[in-house]
Amino acid sequence: MKMSTAPYDLEQQQQHQRSGVAASSQSPRSPSSSTPFLSVSVTDPVKLGNGVQAYISYRVITKTNFPEYQGPEKIVIRRYSDFVWLRDRLFEKYKGIFIPPLPEKSAVGVLKFHMFWFITAEKFRFSAEFIEMRRQALDLFVNRIASHHELQQSEDLRMFLQAEEETMERLRAQETGIFKKPSDLMQIFKDVQSKVSDVVLGKEKPVEESDPDYEKLKHYIFELENHLAEAQKHAYRLVKRHRELGQSLSDFGKAVKLLGASEGNSLGKAFSELGIKSEILSTKLQKEAHQILMNFEEPLKDYVRAVQSIKATIAERANSFRKQCQLAETVKLKEIDLKKMKGKGCIDLKSWQKLSANIMRQLKTESEQATKTFESIVRLMNEEIGRFQEQKTLDMGIAFHEFAKGQARLANDIAGAWRSLLPKLEACSAA
Amino acid sequence: MMNHHDFQQDPDDDDGVMESLLLHDEPSNPLQPPPNPNPNPKPDHHHPLLPSTQSPKSPTTFNSFLDPPSYAEAIFTSFDSFSSSSSNGTNHSHHHNRNTLTDELPSRSGSGSVSDYLYIFVSDPQKEQETSASLVPGAATTFYTYLITTRTDLPEFGSSTSEFAVRRRFRDVVTLSDRLAESYRGYFVPVRPDKSTVESQVMQKQEFVEQRRAAVEKYLRKLAAHPVIRRSEELRLFLEAKGRLPLQKSTDVASRMLDGAVKLPKQLFGSEVATAGELSEVVQPAKGGRDLLRIFKELKQSVTNDWGGSKPLVVEEDKEFLERKEKLVEFEQQLSGVSQQAESLVKHQQDMGETMGELGLAFVKLTKFETEEAIFDSQRTRASDMRNVATAAVKASRLYRELNTQTIKHLDKLHEYLGTMLAVNNAFADRASALLTVQTLSSELASLNSRIEKLEVASSKIFGGDKSRMRKIEELKEAIRVTENAKTCADREYERIKENNRSELERINKERHDDFLSMLRGFVVNQAGYAEKMAAVWEKLAEETTAYSKEAAEL
Repeated sequence: MKMSTAPYDLEQQQQHQRSGVAASSQSPRSPSSSTPFLSVSVTDPVKLGNGVQAYISYRVITKTNFPEYQGPEKIVIRRYSDFVWLRDRLFEKYKGIFIPPLPEKSAVGVLKFHMFWFITAEKFRFSAEFIEMRRQALDLFVNRIASHHELQQSEDLRMFLQAEEETMERLRAQETGIFKKPSDLMQIFKDVQSKVSDVVLGKEKPVEESDPDYEKLKHYIFELENHLAEAQKHAYRLVKRHRELGQSLSDFGKAVKLLGASEGNSLGKAFSELGIKSEILSTKLQKEAHQILMNFEEPLKDYVRAVQSIKATIAERANSFRKQCQLAETVKLKEIDLKKMKGKGCIDLKSWQKLSANIMRQLKTESEQATKTFESIVRLMNEEIGRFQEQKTLDMGIAFHEFAKGQARLANDIAGAWRSLLPKLEACSAA
Repeated sequence: MMNHHDFQQDPDDDDGVMESLLLHDEPSNPLQPPPNPNPNPKPDHHHPLLPSTQSPKSPTTFNSFLDPPSYAEAIFTSFDSFSSSSSNGTNHSHHHNRNTLTDELPSRSGSGSVSDYLYIFVSDPQKEQETSASLVPGAATTFYTYLITTRTDLPEFGSSTSEFAVRRRFRDVVTLSDRLAESYRGYFVPVRPDKSTVESQVMQKQEFVEQRRAAVEKYLRKLAAHPVIRRSEELRLFLEAKGRLPLQKSTDVASRMLDGAVKLPKQLFGSEVATAGELSEVVQPAKGGRDLLRIFKELKQSVTNDWGGSKPLVVEEDKEFLERKEKLVEFEQQLSGVSQQAESLVKHQQDMGETMGELGLAFVKLTKFETEEAIFDSQRTRASDMRNVATAAVKASRLYRELNTQTIKHLDKLHEYLGTMLAVNNAFADRASALLTVQTLSSELASLNSRIEKLEVASSKIFGGDKSRMRKIEELKEAIRVTENAKTCADREYERIKENNRSELERINKERHDDFLSMLRGFVVNQAGYAEKMAAVWEKLAEETTAYSKEAAEL
């Protein structure tokens, strides 16, 4: 990732990497071109409010030539819960599509992870770091939506990007979405998983699809999350190790410098030089730690989140399937019910026919709708999974490349620093 | 193939399969060390006939898979031997007895280039029983003995062969150490390993015995490296005399008390004629048990030194010595600080290597998973990318561990010098106690003289002399004679110790400069070398994933 000074450029760069296959439809550098484009930036995190009610607000800048949008540029202020609102709305409306994942809500979960960082300065840096990481993740979130050919058409997206703050607040308050709390999300996962145990315990008849390919996919997704989480855990620890080694080298350098000072002669000078180099390398290690966090660990975390989002879609598909089955059942049962009613003779034939037709028509419509929804989910998921795999290979490839470059750079810096000491050591032994 | 051998050691089959995924798929098998055999003995190898000592067991099978190959050592030991051979010109015999880990053992035929050598090996710990003449009848205490093998061409060793061995127990080592401390006052006599009885309870017996064996070997080699002590009779007897160690143990307190009781009246009345034997006692510091009176007097003197208004009659006047001493004190402090940080550095390097390895393993699992479950080509591509990452991480992890092994060796020099500082402090203590003896005797003489003066003045006032007083004066004059002889002895001893201090200081200053320089060089070369290797590993991965950077730029 080339680091250019203009934030606009950086956003573009990031968007290029994110858009992947879908990017061809956009050329954000030429706003006046006729090809439709939608480019978004999430910038400028600012802490607002006091105490318990403090929150971070972000500037969301939209550049577009979409006709429904107020172009060419619009800026709004949004907070984290607005992003959550958008995610929930999209999840509800676009069943079957893998909704891009959001970063975790609070720092608390992250803080637990960071609990063992013992230097106060680190904590401060981490919280600024956390804010920046979250901003990047939110930026990625919105841009992924904006570059998805179906999601970008969403009315909710337009509201999110264009509505005035008061409107947004109202919308947020109205939200009766499914994902009020993370625990809701968990509940859905548990439902999906508990179905299996219910079957095992013989509690109820399985209302699950019997598609072997889909079974394979589900198994794959669940397993994948475990493997990725482990890789991400170790990537995170690697960040910590770099910081620790950096600190250790710095302390070592200081102690060696003291020794050098007390020695005094040429050997003392050699020690002092060693100490100085150690301190320089300590800084480089800290820098690399940050790079690994941003360019390697965060993409892995993002991958995990994406897989979790897919799990939500899987749960949604299961719900939809169940609903479809239930409604089909209901239609059958209602038919039988109505026949019985006819047989009992408590109602005249004409009335019965009218009643029956109404009920059945309504039920059948519902049932067809449920089936359509389900089938649409299946179709969309099939499309999505291929795209997802491709995107992830690209995302990971970039992350691996950056990681490799960073480590190579660090190693070369280390080698260079130590080698530069050798002539000085030779001078000492000659003396 | 070495790697199959490694797998067979894996109790956990899964992990072995994991690694095989990495290794068998690679045609060039980069994780396998090149077939260049290591000419030098492995670092833990003390004796050619002994099996090499085990490296500390690591809990995970993955770590056992990552045991460092020897080829990297072959590259880096060249640096060590370069630096040690470059200092070969100086203290010839001294350096040959450094027994550094890269020293090659001379052939039995004895190469002409090395002479005045003294190589010591400690091996083969064995349990022995001693039916002690203790209070509990039939009770047997067990102890361990070690085989001490010496290889030398020094003339004072009477052995017909250049190599011989004896069996000794740790108690013998303690005796040797005590005898040397007495005979070589003022010298920087290497400090013996601890008795550490607490540790021996806590550790596993095997571990403890091995630790002790290594410590004893290190200690004896340090003795052999000291230019004066290596020629000592005490060491020779320890290394050569068959059967029981013919060195007198420090006499136990009880018998000393008895001796003291006999000698005490003589000391109190100061009437004995000083014999050569008794004079030599002056040369020794006052020991607990006997010389009670002497202890009291020297204690009184030291209090006078510290709190008394008047300066003692003899003071430490060597300014140069005082300066050097102060510098050494500061040096010790700084060294201790560096040593601590070095330990921390080593630990963090270790952690880095471990985490890198765990990351690699996680990616190995991911690779396997994606390969098995692949439906899309993009998955296969990703699996291949992940395999490259895993390979790089595993290699890097291994490099960190090797780096650390070498770093430990280099930084061990620091710990060695902290040990040397103990010896230095002991030597300075010898000097201080010798000075105290001189001061005490000076005070004694002064007080005797003043008593005679007083008596003479008193008796001169009596007409015709004062028979009892005259007798007293004669006694005192006799005491003065004895004390003066003793003081002469003490003076000589003090000077001797001062000279020992001085020559030793010069010796270690020179050595210290060389040692630390070589340590620095080794450390720096080591770090640089391994960093370069790691850079190569990561550059390879960057190359393998370069497609992604181009793609990112093109978009």
